[in-house]
Order: sequence, then structure tokens, then C-alpha cells
Amino acid sequence: MAGWTVLRRAYQSLCRAARLTVDPYCLKKLNEERRNRRAAILITDLADGRDRVIKQGDPVAGLLGDAVRQAFLSGKSGVAEIEGRSFFLNVHVPPPRLVVVGAVHISQALAPMAKVAGFDMEIIDPRTAFATPDRFPDIKLHSEWPQDVLATRPLDPYTALAAVTHDPKIDDPALESALKSGCFYVGALGSRKTHARRVDRLRALDLTEEQIGTIHAPIGLDIGAASPAEIAIAVLAQVIQAFHARELQPLPQPGKTA
Amino acid sequence: MQNSTEQTLDPLTIAEDWMAGGRDVAIATVVETWGSAPRPVGSHLVIDGAGNFEGSVSGGCVEGAVIAEAMDVIVQGRPRMLEFGVADETAWQAGLSCGGRIKVYVERLG
Repeated sequence: MAGWTVLRRAYQSLCRAARLTVDPYCLKKLNEERRNRRAAILITDLADGRDRVIKQGDPVAGLLGDAVRQAFLSGKSGVAEIEGRSFFLNVHVPPPRLVVVGAVHISQALAPMAKVAGFDMEIIDPRTAFATPDRFPDIKLHSEWPQDVLATRPLDPYTALAAVTHDPKIDDPALESALKSGCFYVGALGSRKTHARRVDRLRALDLTEEQIGTIHAPIGLDIGAASPAEIAIAVLAQVIQAFHARELQPLPQPGKTA
Repeated sequence: MQNSTEQTLDPLTIAEDWMAGGRDVAIATVVETWGSAPRPVGSHLVIDGAGNFEGSVSGGCVEGAVIAEAMDVIVQGRPRMLEFGVADETAWQAGLSCGGRIKVYVERLG
């Protein structure tokens, strides 16, 4: 048994020398990027198992570099055949985050469903009577103004924002920030009339017509939703739809986000 | 508070935690799929030396076979490419009942 252990250790160190195994440093580096919500690719040379972590923007030369850029754009993992060698590119983009402005009845229904669907959801509402842990157990709650929260926790292209307070003082700053940060989904509660008035207000800010035009309003897929839970389902379905449509679009460069 | 459920279900985070805890770990990754494969390319199953596992590379059809291979990979260190096709009812082989085909790459961590 002891002999076996020695043999195994010797073999393991041999493998380490040949780097046939996943380098623990690569895994740590990859997980650190993922924790910090930054896109990264783990490249494995399928001939010898050699691994390499590429962060978005890292220079990679030649045909492999082209494959890396393409993979960051599409967000899709896959095998790339380059000069007779096979490389597996595992693309890790941040998990989608859902920021909901408004600790209202709809948000209470949305919170557990978003979690099940794999979204990291958080709620912002400066009205402390609404944003209470009793009403929202097990969820990140910020009982502050959106502009204050978003100054320290900025939105990004992997985040969806749904503004559902119905109060322009609270919704508008969040919508402005979401449109400038390139959020993959921006939705706002309110009728067409309410939204027309909102568009007029947003025009006064430093936003393009194109940016304002991307707001989903009235919010949610048109499934005839009436109750808060039904509206929550319509919103979540629309966010999921936008998330998958987003994968077909080029990812914005990290430096360009506001 | 981080979404703790998602956090602990993430196979690569679990692999890092297991390694930090002194366990032997193998990582299995879906690298190619054809037809209706249950899990997309890039999906992970992580396995420790005792056969504990987290994550998935299929809907549960071939995990057993991948775990057995992974325990060999942990001992021998050399990575392996496994390929699974449609379940063969006449042989006791692991297969995918959905009719798809997948390639799974298994490597030891460290």
C-alpha cells in the first residue's frame, strides 16, 4: 500500500511536470474573474491538457487569437481546430443579474422566481416602509436611492434592470443609469401614456433616442398578465428572452460602460 | 448577501473549495455535442477521489460512467476524452436516451 502511494506520488509529480492536469492556479484565476463578474475563457489544448486563462482584452496572437475574439463575441464555448491542433475554449460570461427598482408586490412575487431561474436578484427602494427584510426574505435589499446604490454597485451589460415603483423620482435615475451602462434589458412599469411622459423626461437627459427606444414599456411579455404574480412572470420571461437575444450580439467592451 | 444557492451549486467553485480542503479532484467538461444533448458545451461535473460529485454533463444518463472514469483519471493523472452516443439497449453501456451524442473531457485538478 505504501509502495503504491509512493508510485502514485511519483506519477503525479511527473504529470505535474508535463502539465497534463488542470493547473490549480488556472482554476483560481478563472474563479476570481467569475466572482468579479468579468468575462474569461479557459483554453485547454486537447492534445496535452495544457490550460490557459484568457481575460477579455488579453492579447492572443494568430488564429487562436481570432477564435478567442469570436468566442468572447458569441459567448459560446466550443472546440477550435488550429493548425492541426484542437483547443477547447470554455467561455465564462458573468451570470445574469436582475436589479429591480421598487420593493412592491410584483417584486415580492418576482424574487423567488428569479432565484429559481438562476438570476442573482437585488432590490432597490429608498422607501423603508416597502424595503423590509420581512417582506423580502433571502434577497439583497438596498433601502437607498438608486443613484446612491448604483454609484458604488454599478450596472453592467450582464445586468437587467426593471423599474417598477411608478414614481419618476425613483425610477428615472435608475433607468438613466441602466441605459448608459448597456444593461441587456431595461423595463419600466406603466401604461403607454405614463411611458410617453417618461420618454419626454428622459429626452431632457443625456440619452439618445435609440437608447430610450430600448426600454420595454409597458413592461413584460404580453400574456394578459393582471395580478402582481402574473406581471412578475411576464417580466421574468421578457428578461430571459432579452438575455438569450443578447448572446447573439457583440458584447460591449468593458471600458465603454458608464 | 450573495445568492448562496447558486454559489454553492457552481461546480468550479466547488472544485476549488474541495482542492483547498485537501481532496483529490477531477473536472469533467462537455466539449462537443451533436443532436439533442441535455447539457450545453462547457457544462461541468466535478468529482472527488471518493466519488462525490456536483454539477452535470447530461440529464443523469452518463454521469455514473463519467464518475468511474474520473476516479481513474484522479489516480493516473492523464486526461481522457470520453464519447457517449445513443443508449445501446443490448449492451450494459452508458448512453443518452435522448438520441444525442456528447464528448466529455476529464482532467485531474493539480
